[in-house]
Amino acid sequence: MTTASVSLGASVSSQSRFMQLALAAFLGIFVMGFVGFSHIDAVHNAAHDYRHSMAFPCH
Amino acid sequence: MNLFRNVVFIAAIAGLVAGVVLACMQAYATVPLILKAEVYEQAGGGRSHDHAAAPAAPADAASGNAMNSAAPATNSMSAATPAPAEAAAPAEYEGWAPADGFERFAFSVLANIVTGIGFALILVAVSEFAGGIGNWRQGVFWGLAGFAVFTLAPGLGLPPELPAMPAADLTQRQIWWWATVAATAAGLGLIAFRKSLPLAILAVALIVAPHIVGAPQPGSYETAIPEGLHHQFVVAVTVTNLVFWLMLGAVVGVVRGRFTGTATSLRDSFA
Repeated sequence: MTTASVSLGASVSSQSRFMQLALAAFLGIFVMGFVGFSHIDAVHNAAHDYRHSMAFPCH
Repeated sequence: MNLFRNVVFIAAIAGLVAGVVLACMQAYATVPLILKAEVYEQAGGGRSHDHAAAPAAPADAASGNAMNSAAPATNSMSAATPAPAEAAAPAEYEGWAPADGFERFAFSVLANIVTGIGFALILVAVSEFAGGIGNWRQGVFWGLAGFAVFTLAPGLGLPPELPAMPAADLTQRQIWWWATVAATAAGLGLIAFRKSLPLAILAVALIVAPHIVGAPQPGSYETAIPEGLHHQFVVAVTVTNLVFWLMLGAVVGVVRGRFTGTATSLRDSFA
């Protein structure tokens, strides 16, 4: 599990590679979840047209 | 954390470019239709946003709306509604809302860029597990997969909806949306990266399953929104999202190639 490899120009162990990519993916899910799916009123109102235009469940 | 930093860097550029392009397309293709729908919504007293709070309401509100769909301004239901008829269209939720016009557009652009970067983070991270997007053409194929996962599959059960359209409980629809995205992504991944017939069959089952379960549906489909307007909106949303995803994948491919200096030649690429 500690084989070093070059990924995206960075040399990483395979375990660290998995963690960093998973972290990036979760960050992405969190960001779009917050903007597109949050039930907070102000966030909904700010991104209202965007949510409809992306076919996210809205209202 | 060099790898993480590089992923974020590539995703930020790709999300910014594709998000700005999507915001421009939306300004011409989808937002005008949303504004048209809000005229019907306001004429109906903003009632149709009460589905979550009062599931029984949309049925009678919608039938009232349907009768008056030719002349929404004369909708008699609004008189009987406790909901404030003067509620501004995007502010059917309480609290702060951007002012119509430039401010509203600016927040839409911001939302496009921020979530564009969010989508790009997911795309780059997942594609790195599979060896990375080597060039723009591979990126286009990854973009097609993203379109299928995030737009096409959830859109089959929950078509793009305009304001004032009846819909089931919000949380249930959001759960179905995420479950469909996860199942479709897993299914496409199995087909693309596992050379095994049983796993391919499992993949098809995963992709089909959410649609057999079925998306949460409203009690009634009747709405004041003309069907032509809704159909136009479904087409606009689907096409703008397709272009967004192709763009996002292609830009990731180009930036990643520049970044690592190891662009895969088009001839040798998977795509």
